[in-house]
Amino acid sequence: MKEPTIVGFLCNWCSYEGADRAGDARLEYPANIRTVRVMCSGRVEPEFVLHAFREGASGVLILGCHPGDCHYKMGNYKARRRISLLKKTLEQLGIEPERVRLDWVAAGEGERFAKVANEMADTIKGLGPLELS
Amino acid sequence: MAKPKVAFYWCASCGGCEEAVVDLAEDLLKVVDAVDIVLWPVALDFKRKDVEAMKDGAIAVSFINGAVRTEEQEEMVKLLRKKSGLVVAFGSCAHIGGIPGLANFWDRETIFERVYKDVPSVRNPEGIYPQQKTKVDGVELTLPEFYDTVYTLDQVINVDYYLPGCAPPPDLIMNAVTAILEGKLPDKGSVLAPDKSLCDTCPRKDSKPEKLSIKAIRRPHEVIADPEKCFLEEGIICLGPATRSGCGERCINANMPCRGCFGPTKGVRDQGAKMVSAIASILGVEDEDKVTEEEVESLVKQIDDPAGLFYMYSLPASMLRRKRMG
Repeated sequence: MKEPTIVGFLCNWCSYEGADRAGDARLEYPANIRTVRVMCSGRVEPEFVLHAFREGASGVLILGCHPGDCHYKMGNYKARRRISLLKKTLEQLGIEPERVRLDWVAAGEGERFAKVANEMADTIKGLGPLELS
Repeated sequence: MAKPKVAFYWCASCGGCEEAVVDLAEDLLKVVDAVDIVLWPVALDFKRKDVEAMKDGAIAVSFINGAVRTEEQEEMVKLLRKKSGLVVAFGSCAHIGGIPGLANFWDRETIFERVYKDVPSVRNPEGIYPQQKTKVDGVELTLPEFYDTVYTLDQVINVDYYLPGCAPPPDLIMNAVTAILEGKLPDKGSVLAPDKSLCDTCPRKDSKPEKLSIKAIRRPHEVIADPEKCFLEEGIICLGPATRSGCGERCINANMPCRGCFGPTKGVRDQGAKMVSAIASILGVEDEDKVTEEEVESLVKQIDDPAGLFYMYSLPASMLRRKRMG
């Protein structure tokens, strides 16, 4: 069976580097995660997440710099509040909040990237594909 | 020369849009002078068969209000589409789903159960629900199908223009009618209202601080709002940031926050998601670097019903369109 697609929005400064590091180290992470590089986790609008779902994604992973490490100082704090409110909104609309995950991966954390990505893939596999009417 | 034919029709709506036409007051006489009204169920006695008898495209413009939620409404709007040169989605419900669109948090089964059985004022021990076909004394009676989902007009037929608002204000209606009569219409698909956000034209705009930061969310019934201050500054959620202007700021002037009836501005695909973004961005900005995950949760928890509030008028037009039923 085809694995459900996960869209990963990765911040340019930390998490995308982290994913690169995972690649360099030949760490395995699921192929059904499609990564999109964004400048900051704070750039990820709730609309992007809904758009991903509408276009067939079953999960959305947003990765940014650890709190205190944001290249733009406060972008990840903004992301934290937005995604938290979005998840509450999604739950009311019958979409499991676990289908959206915001987490932090630093530039050197290849292993952490692989771990988070694998966990997300397991979560989404457990929930099954997201079917929208 | 024959006057252009105009139709008014209503689907899932409250009648407020009909009222808005009547609110044109003396201007309505000018409209009636300039056009031939060939269908207007609320006011005139033309029937469906009268429309069916017309040639395709014979009606210059149909103003259709209300969302589409039954088989009959779907048939009627498809008929009007065939017979009309232009179709204008009139009012919030036709434009973005409107208040009837909130039914997309449920489906037919859960709505019927609530309305025909569980409501405290209803006694229905046999569990009788509306049926599409019923035999009474050997005669079969029929009702149109009630859909699980409420649709915007443009999800059912092609729509040429949109007149937003709950209900559209008289000045925008007159502008639209004049533009149609004079053939001075903007590009097809346009919303016939300014493409500015409500905050941009808000009479309280100058009171808004440079950087908004709120900690406590207050619901309109919990406080008496300062009639001069930006609602958001007071912690009262106002949909102004994600809503199109052109309404005449009627709610703001009545000291009530915006609820989004004009839908979003042009570039926005999902009004509710934009509000999630706008509110989360100003909620607890102060000392945001010292706030723990738990504190973020409790800040957000203050908003009791984000989906219902942020999508109050636009759920059917949103990217998810409806609640996913488990």
